[in-house]
Amino acid sequence: MFKAKLKEAVICFGAGRVTLKYPFEPSPVPPKFRGKIEFDARKCIACGGCANVCPPRCIVIEDMGEVAKITFNLDRCIQCARCYEVCPEKAIWPTDEFETATPDKSDLKSEMIVWMSTCQRCGRCFETDNAIDKFESKRWRGRGPGEANKHGIFPIKPPIDFSMPGSLVREPEEGQGQ
Amino acid sequence: MIADLCKKMLGKSLWLFHTNCGACNGCDIEVIDVLTPYYDVERFGMKLVGSPRHADALVVTGSVSRQVAPALRRLYEATPDPKVVIAVGTCAVGGNIWFDTYNILGGADKVVPVTVYIPGCPPRPEAIIYGAALALGMVPKKVKPQHEQHVPRGFDLDAYIAKWQDTPVVAR
Repeated sequence: MFKAKLKEAVICFGAGRVTLKYPFEPSPVPPKFRGKIEFDARKCIACGGCANVCPPRCIVIEDMGEVAKITFNLDRCIQCARCYEVCPEKAIWPTDEFETATPDKSDLKSEMIVWMSTCQRCGRCFETDNAIDKFESKRWRGRGPGEANKHGIFPIKPPIDFSMPGSLVREPEEGQGQ
Repeated sequence: MIADLCKKMLGKSLWLFHTNCGACNGCDIEVIDVLTPYYDVERFGMKLVGSPRHADALVVTGSVSRQVAPALRRLYEATPDPKVVIAVGTCAVGGNIWFDTYNILGGADKVVPVTVYIPGCPPRPEAIIYGAALALGMVPKKVKPQHEQHVPRGFDLDAYIAKWQDTPVVAR
């Protein structure tokens, strides 16, 4: 028994420090971590898919005729990333930001306003950006003279990397899609 | 001078009383995880105590149900001043997926004044440490709301939204 205790003591000497120095040093998140969500108003088409699947109804989309107002009540977001999975334009994604503690609850309320043009004939909304503008906003067309058509006329995979740290969905393989 | 010295020496040693107000046990396990040697929160002088009368901070987990709300109020009143209330988890912050359920009040701030909100379902142990450090003023606040809009130039958005909200629903 004494021998075992001695062995334990020796092991304890060799173990070193295990405690994280967290608040004074950054602590990296594991892969596929889902943190606070972020969004891009340029890519959003206000289809309402994210608002439809959000389990805590944290994404609320309000149709205001020519604009759509999308409110994110992140105080009840459960970071399930369902919005990221269903978004056809990948305009919303989970980041690896987890330091979201705040003394003020209004810091957890985000908002996005997307312009929706209405059809003159049927009165419904449609996308304002035409296909070529869309290419530019997705950076499929370069802005400079040398950059244009760098990836061909109809590139299969856009150069911008959509595979965010919290990626749950496999990106389309080369040669598929489009 | 003694008062100042006491404030300096004792001011940062929070004693926590952990309250489960209808949580699923996920956040509670993370709170216990924070006390393990790996994320050693006792280096900041924090430890769990068994009575609210010994505590400086209430750690509230769980969406506060109607049955537990009076008990939480009594716990808050039993804690001596000055006190800190830390809402851990999305349930205690905003009610999670039960925010509009009939038996859930939807957040600890409906019952007691909350000092620090730590969202997450459950939050990482690091996030809880960060929230506790934020309550002690050791780290700056990082989160800020994201407001984005994509409207054409020259479109008067505020005027349009005001006009839209003034329009009666039948005329839309």
